[in-house]
Amino acid sequence: MAVQTLAAAIGTGLRRALQDDPRVVLLGEDIGRLGGVFRVTDGLQRDFGADRVMDTPLAEAGIMGTAVGLAYRGYRPVVEIQFDGFIYPAFDQIVAQVAKLHYRTGGAVRMPITVRVPYGGGIGAVEHHSESPEAYFTHTAGLRVVTCSSPQDAHTMIRQAVACDDPVLFFEPKRRYWVKGDVDEVIDETTMAMDRARVVVEGDDVTVVTYGPLVATARDAALAASDDGISLEVIDLRSLAPVDYETVEASVRRTGRLVVTHEAQQHGGVGAEVAASITERCFHHLEAAPARVTGFDVPYPPAALEDHFLPDLDRLLDAVDRVMGRQNSLSGWRG
Amino acid sequence: MLRSELSPNPVHHRTTDSRAGTDDDVDPWQDLPARPRATVQLLSPDGTRRSDPEYEPWVQDVGTDQISALYQDMVVVRRLDIEATALQRQGQLGLWPPLLGQEASQVGSARALRADDFVFSSYRENAVAYCRGVGLTDLVRVWKGTSASGWDPYAVGMATPSIIIGAQTLHATGYAMGCVKDGVDSVAVAYFGDGATSQGDVNEAMVFAASFRAPVVFFCQNNQWAISEPVSLQAVRPIADRAPGFGIPSIRVDGNDVLAVLAATRVALDRARRGDGATFIEAVTYRMGPHTTSDDPTRYVDKAEHESWAGRDPILRVERLLELGGHLTPELTRAVTATADAAAREMRDGCHGLEPPEPLSVFDHVYTSPTSWLERQRRQYEAYLAMYQDAPGGGEG
Repeated sequence: MAVQTLAAAIGTGLRRALQDDPRVVLLGEDIGRLGGVFRVTDGLQRDFGADRVMDTPLAEAGIMGTAVGLAYRGYRPVVEIQFDGFIYPAFDQIVAQVAKLHYRTGGAVRMPITVRVPYGGGIGAVEHHSESPEAYFTHTAGLRVVTCSSPQDAHTMIRQAVACDDPVLFFEPKRRYWVKGDVDEVIDETTMAMDRARVVVEGDDVTVVTYGPLVATARDAALAASDDGISLEVIDLRSLAPVDYETVEASVRRTGRLVVTHEAQQHGGVGAEVAASITERCFHHLEAAPARVTGFDVPYPPAALEDHFLPDLDRLLDAVDRVMGRQNSLSGWRG
Repeated sequence: MLRSELSPNPVHHRTTDSRAGTDDDVDPWQDLPARPRATVQLLSPDGTRRSDPEYEPWVQDVGTDQISALYQDMVVVRRLDIEATALQRQGQLGLWPPLLGQEASQVGSARALRADDFVFSSYRENAVAYCRGVGLTDLVRVWKGTSASGWDPYAVGMATPSIIIGAQTLHATGYAMGCVKDGVDSVAVAYFGDGATSQGDVNEAMVFAASFRAPVVFFCQNNQWAISEPVSLQAVRPIADRAPGFGIPSIRVDGNDVLAVLAATRVALDRARRGDGATFIEAVTYRMGPHTTSDDPTRYVDKAEHESWAGRDPILRVERLLELGGHLTPELTRAVTATADAAAREMRDGCHGLEPPEPLSVFDHVYTSPTSWLERQRRQYEAYLAMYQDAPGGGEG
């Protein structure tokens, strides 16, 4: 057990993965000598060699397509996409090849590729450096999509992702990279599986479902709400595809109220899917319509406006008031 | 013994794995000029051999038996192609992409490969698949719609064809990078067409192949057409001229000359096995049929151009070569025809025997292990099917 930042915990996870399996190779832009623009792969090329930690040409489709070929050859590639907004050139290879090859070949060809994507806003960056593109991938059958919110999960889940025989999109909440926490590097049968949701705060009145960077925000909201005598249960979804609906459903059956929050835009997002699925599964247990607190359906705005785009503590509490039937910003609103 | 083995490497008899310790001082260009020379041709359309001191040595081992074998391969794949086209017209296949006219490009290149090489192809490479040992029924599974893939890639050393244009060139490059890591001298071969050379993936594949000196052969069949678009829309210079800009030497070869294609592919494979990296081959050929059975080339193909290419038929010229040497005996003709007919019959029977898959198999193999949400969908659909199966006048499940 040692204190690590979330970024360092991914690094130690990758180090373990490289040690555990000689077929693991890392590919990406600037991941070698530089250690990645966020230093997640710091020291790995020095210790495992340029043959296993490979700096690549600046071509995301090329990185993803060659990873497919390496996987065909029996390797277990871990690809770093430098920033969320840079993943689109690789989109075709991910959705048309990586996601489908196992299905297409009737199980003959496996694609154990992990795609690491630093994502989300709140760091005052320029365009294309603050996006949350997870819904493009949760919509694609054949991919597993996960995200972490703590150093412990970051370490454990990256190792589970690399060990998984399916392709995994691993979204890293970049504004939480420097959060510190205890990390136990032992993985055993008691370790939570990558595709399970975790109840991070227990409560009785409202279920708040979130993931990645907003888990910390939801924890803060639970603390603030308790001052008003409202008890929030916070669920860190962790896996966005598949979703652990059993855990969410069990919670909502108790609380009768659901708020889903994420940074990504609302329309067609993960929140829409969770709200719809939970409504289908436990409509008669709901005391109020589910509420979504998300980024607006606009392109990610310039940094000076991002605080208005990103859900924060107050917007989350406002939605809690809404599902509780308390005075809120939409009270009496006719639109 | 017409399917006699072709020696994989008649000139260099090295089975080196020197690639593992590639010497950066070695000039990968030493054996090929920076700019492609004139189109390589070893066999004229009239069936006479053409002298070429550079490429002739690469097919010096190819005697009458092997030429007869290549001839038979080409006749068989053309026969299969015609049979599959007929099966489509008869409603047995949803679609078929004919390779008519491209037999020499595909057979000549595929017969140069070793079993441990790996092919990443487009959807028109049915002759390549045949040469790799793909079962005849397996050739038509995808086109009948009963399966998403015709064969197990690892059983024949050939990936499931890529329908997305050019995507497979990157897969070949990555696979080749894996061969280097494994310290083996296997080679990955990417087949694609002239249209694909406009795709970003193909250009990125050449960047990666050059940077990592990957043992990959980029085999471009320039069949002059991308559905209705002529090659002049993809490239204003010969396609082979493009590769040297990436640091990859290229060869322009008469794609209707099976011997020239065999020689060029052997040169490329040998470079790859020696650790000299990628080679680009432009096989200049012609798509004599439609893009697919859904296409209507009469709307865009010039009749005179089509006729002129018919005079350069890849099978006819080998027939003439055999005839000139007195080897086109009635016995050979009979044997080849019988083999082709038997293959066509086997494929037809196999096609008729393909049954629609079991409905719930639609859920199989999405992931390597089941997920709870997909299992839920499966169970719900199972209940749905069961309900209508049990209802009076219900479906047959």
